[in-house]
Amino acid sequence: MEIEAYTEATFPADRKVVAELRGVSKRFGDVLAASDLNLSIGEGEFLSFLGPSGCGKTTALRMLAGFETPSEGQVLLDGEVVNDLDAHNRPVNMVFQQYALFPHMTVAQNIGYGLRQVRPRIPKPQIAERVQKALEVVRLGGFEDRKIWEMSGGQQQRVALARAIINEPKLLLLDEPMAALDRKLRKEMQIELQDLQRQLGITFVLVTHDQEEALSMSDRICIMRDGRIVQIGSPQELYDRPNSRYVADFVGTSNFFNGTLQGSTEGMSTVLLDNGMQVQGMAGDGFSDHQDVCISVRPEQMKLRHQGDGVEVKVHNRIFLGEHTEYLVSHQTLGDFLVLAPRQADLTEGAFAVGETAMVSWEATAALVLDRN
Amino acid sequence: MTQRTHNWLLLAPAGTWFLVMLIIPLIVVFIFSFGERAPSGGVVLAFSFEQYANLPARWAAFKNTMTLAPIGTLSALLIAYPLAYFLAVKANPRWKTILLVLVIVPFWTSILIRSYAWIFLLGGRGIPALLEWVGIEGLRLINTPFAVLVGIIYGYLPLMVFPIFVSLDKLDKRLLEASSDLGAKPWKTFLQVTLPLSIPGIATGCMLVFILLMGEYLIPALLGGGKVFFVGNALVDLFLQSRNWAYGSAVAVTLVVVMLITVTIYMRLISRLGASREDVSIM
Repeated sequence: MEIEAYTEATFPADRKVVAELRGVSKRFGDVLAASDLNLSIGEGEFLSFLGPSGCGKTTALRMLAGFETPSEGQVLLDGEVVNDLDAHNRPVNMVFQQYALFPHMTVAQNIGYGLRQVRPRIPKPQIAERVQKALEVVRLGGFEDRKIWEMSGGQQQRVALARAIINEPKLLLLDEPMAALDRKLRKEMQIELQDLQRQLGITFVLVTHDQEEALSMSDRICIMRDGRIVQIGSPQELYDRPNSRYVADFVGTSNFFNGTLQGSTEGMSTVLLDNGMQVQGMAGDGFSDHQDVCISVRPEQMKLRHQGDGVEVKVHNRIFLGEHTEYLVSHQTLGDFLVLAPRQADLTEGAFAVGETAMVSWEATAALVLDRN
Repeated sequence: MTQRTHNWLLLAPAGTWFLVMLIIPLIVVFIFSFGERAPSGGVVLAFSFEQYANLPARWAAFKNTMTLAPIGTLSALLIAYPLAYFLAVKANPRWKTILLVLVIVPFWTSILIRSYAWIFLLGGRGIPALLEWVGIEGLRLINTPFAVLVGIIYGYLPLMVFPIFVSLDKLDKRLLEASSDLGAKPWKTFLQVTLPLSIPGIATGCMLVFILLMGEYLIPALLGGGKVFFVGNALVDLFLQSRNWAYGSAVAVTLVVVMLITVTIYMRLISRLGASREDVSIM
């Protein structure tokens, strides 16, 4: 129910729906790869499926592409059920992991492949013209007669992109497209992909296990776990209002303290932590008193001071990160956790040395009450 | 030890073997082919082209070889390709190995014994008897070109299946998905992606089978019954029966030359096909 609320919040009612999953499940033998997926994808949206390997994100993508048929439920494109429509009949194209470029064709022949399949035939000069245009879009002008193996990894990815957009698909599916690229190139391609999406107005659906990639590029992210959708929302929503410990942990970094819910008044809840401490936190709907919960506090929301309110900790380790300093601190009963201090705080209040004692505090609004799962 | 002597040592055993067992005998045969038949059999060295002038007398052997070898190769290809495709692309991975072993199982028995089995199958009390029983009478199978063809295809099929299987097996299956994703119907995907990428396997299989068929002796001897004979049979006849070594040598040299020419043309064709594979895929 909560998932619905998040979806509505970020999906404007006037947005046209291009694709939809309705109660979609997929079984491979005894394995339930995807379970009851419900999702609307809006026109021109950049949506990401994020989750660890085996969470069902690739299965979801392959059902949109037409490579897998749902065991239950419906896949819709433009309002029509396409469960039985083969991949070659779907107006959907994909950028494959490792690109799957045809090794026996040149760059131009790879890119023009989709156009050559169209019936009635598109005249050759017209195909050549559109291939040229696609080459320019991905900034590979002049490379048309190269062989695939003569291209670098980054160039191959551009060829794969050009090949996938030339038929102007309703959906462009991207299956871990950056996995084979080095870090620097990945950053560049992320920006380029976003530019490309704005320029073409095509709906992008990305599958990734890299949270940074998903956070930096997507309009909405669909977090998956064990074949289910856990939460859908904009990157900010997921970061600020995760609906479970799993999401809080997967999107960004957080500190978790287990406890029991004592009671709530006006959105503010009291939690009795396992070590006997009583803390305040923000709880969403659907919690009941005496429920096992955990408190999540982001490291950058914690304040480290030499003296004042808060819990007393010992600085265990210190990593200087430039704009921030990351302190690993340990508390007698709460255990180890992370505090991220902005450079400015270190400068005004003085940095902390390893072994020093310090006081840690946080605002009640920074503490989120979450399911333990 | 220097790198050079090291390399020579690696090549020495095979090199010696080929020199003694192949190169020298070939030279001997080449020299013999210009000789004359000794009265008691064997050869008298000379320099005459008489043996070569006599070649048309063995025209039938060349004709049989040059028709049945290509036809056999092509038939084996047409039967082997779907099988290799099934094994590489469609077969359940768990069964793949077992099915592959089944393909080579016939090799566990000598080709001689298996060809004998075909004598019975194609002979009067085999398939023809069965056909007579359903009303088709007077059909002769044994000692016909058809019988030889059946034997050839049967014997050489595994040699065709394996190279094609290997090239299809290492074919990245995501390429097939990519083709389908881009709108190609299954048949088009086969023509534009699968087939062009399996050409190396087809080329190897055909080459292997064709070269071996050109020198085939056993299968025509058993299933052709002296009526359908290859150059190989003619050679055995000339060297062992008539003991006309000079003439036999001329026939052997001619066979080697014909083989070299055919294989060269074939290689040219394949490499050109490989170079223009893009054009093939555009069709």
